[in-house]
Amino acid sequence: MIEIKNIYKSFEHNDVLKDITKVFNQGETNLIIGRSGSGKTVLIKSIVGLLEVDRGQIFYDNRDFTRMNHRDRKKLRQEMGMVFQGGALFDSLTVEENIRFPLDMFSELSTAEKQKQVDFCLDRVNLVEANKLYPSEISGGMQKRVAIARAIVMNPKYLFCDEPNSGLDPETSMVIDELIHSITVDLQITTIINTHDMNSVMEIGDNILFISEGEMCWEGNRKDILLTDNQKLQEFVFANKQYQRIRDERINDQ
Amino acid sequence: MNIFNQTGRYFALLVKVFSKPERHRVYARQTFNEIDNLGVKSVGIVAVISIFMGGIMTLQVAYNMTNPLLPNTLIGLGNRDSLILEFSSTIMGLIMAGKIGSNITSEIGSMKVTEQIDSLEIMGVNSASYLILPKIIAVVMIFPLLYILSVFFGIVGGLIVGPAVGAVTVTDYLNGIQYAFTPYYVTFSLIKCLVFGFLIASVSAFFGYTVEGGAFDVGTASTRAVVNTNILILVWDLILTQLLL
Repeated sequence: MIEIKNIYKSFEHNDVLKDITKVFNQGETNLIIGRSGSGKTVLIKSIVGLLEVDRGQIFYDNRDFTRMNHRDRKKLRQEMGMVFQGGALFDSLTVEENIRFPLDMFSELSTAEKQKQVDFCLDRVNLVEANKLYPSEISGGMQKRVAIARAIVMNPKYLFCDEPNSGLDPETSMVIDELIHSITVDLQITTIINTHDMNSVMEIGDNILFISEGEMCWEGNRKDILLTDNQKLQEFVFANKQYQRIRDERINDQ
Repeated sequence: MNIFNQTGRYFALLVKVFSKPERHRVYARQTFNEIDNLGVKSVGIVAVISIFMGGIMTLQVAYNMTNPLLPNTLIGLGNRDSLILEFSSTIMGLIMAGKIGSNITSEIGSMKVTEQIDSLEIMGVNSASYLILPKIIAVVMIFPLLYILSVFFGIVGGLIVGPAVGAVTVTDYLNGIQYAFTPYYVTFSLIKCLVFGFLIASVSAFFGYTVEGGAFDVGTASTRAVVNTNILILVWDLILTQLLL
């Protein structure tokens, strides 16, 4: 479980996050949604410590991340996995080497055990055949799957995904969503995903936080979201007319 | 004020770079990769440039030897000492700042703008140390070797060009390069190479590591890295020459 309390973050007098408080549950796909520029990426980067918050606290299973020293943070980070918007795979390493990298760096496993773990992860993301290829030789969707495999290779307790579907076609997006969701449930990890993709919200949104202009506007789950009376959330969700139709159908059914 | 800010950030980065590595074996492997990538792959260009440099130097010395009382052996000696003292260390340093330095800046800068460095940090890896330390060790180790190769190829260049155009005989040239040899000149230049190697790798890495933005900014950082490294090489050349010669 990750808990954030009264988070504030600003850049040169520009307040990007204002008083965000939220609990992200274990074994659930927790989504942070909002328009582009709403502060989603700053929030997720603040939670993982790539950005320092100005005020507020972040707890990883009751461990106060904001008060940890450098060494403890480094240790905690080995319990995290992150999938970046562009994949952030290492260009000079093959798919297999990319996935093995955290194991080479931190684990005490033998070469055979490492290979077994890498093969397991490759199989989990259905990419066994691409193991010897370089990131530049595979598609965007495959790169995201490799990034997920690399993020879970150390059996993390916390998984973060920043716009995992950006630049992907709807079908591949669904594959990625289902993959992240199944990994979250199977491994019982705390997953936080940044997205503005409503398809993802409706498919895997167990616990949703909607932020607008850096402020918490709404929280709930995918069942509640279509019936919301929050004006800003309605503008965000029903920008796609398809969801307006779905909502109308549900209201009629009731 | 910007120069003080940049200098402060440079030294702060160096502190991060020289902190304890997570896994020595991985760093060692990375260092060997960098020796191959930055050092071994530079041997060709060093050889070509040095042969031409030695040849041109031999011709220049020969054309300026207008006094018939001066022995022709001075042509070889002049070429040798110019290469040992300045050309194979400083000029090669400036050229390597362009080749190796821009390579380092663009590689690390690209990793920064594509979030690969953030990715390392999230894993708990000290990205500055993992990416920069092997490069510094590799360049500091390889640059003195490139210097020795450069001196060798420069002397060979003079030996090819001098006699070929009739500026000096083979015998005079060979006698010249063996005449009044001062081993300390080599020691002095090797010390310079260690300093230049450190500057090339660390300054270029600093500009790459601190880049913000996109591909355009990586290109700009690369240019700034080469310009700044060149200036620093010349400043340190002056300081070391004053101190050590």
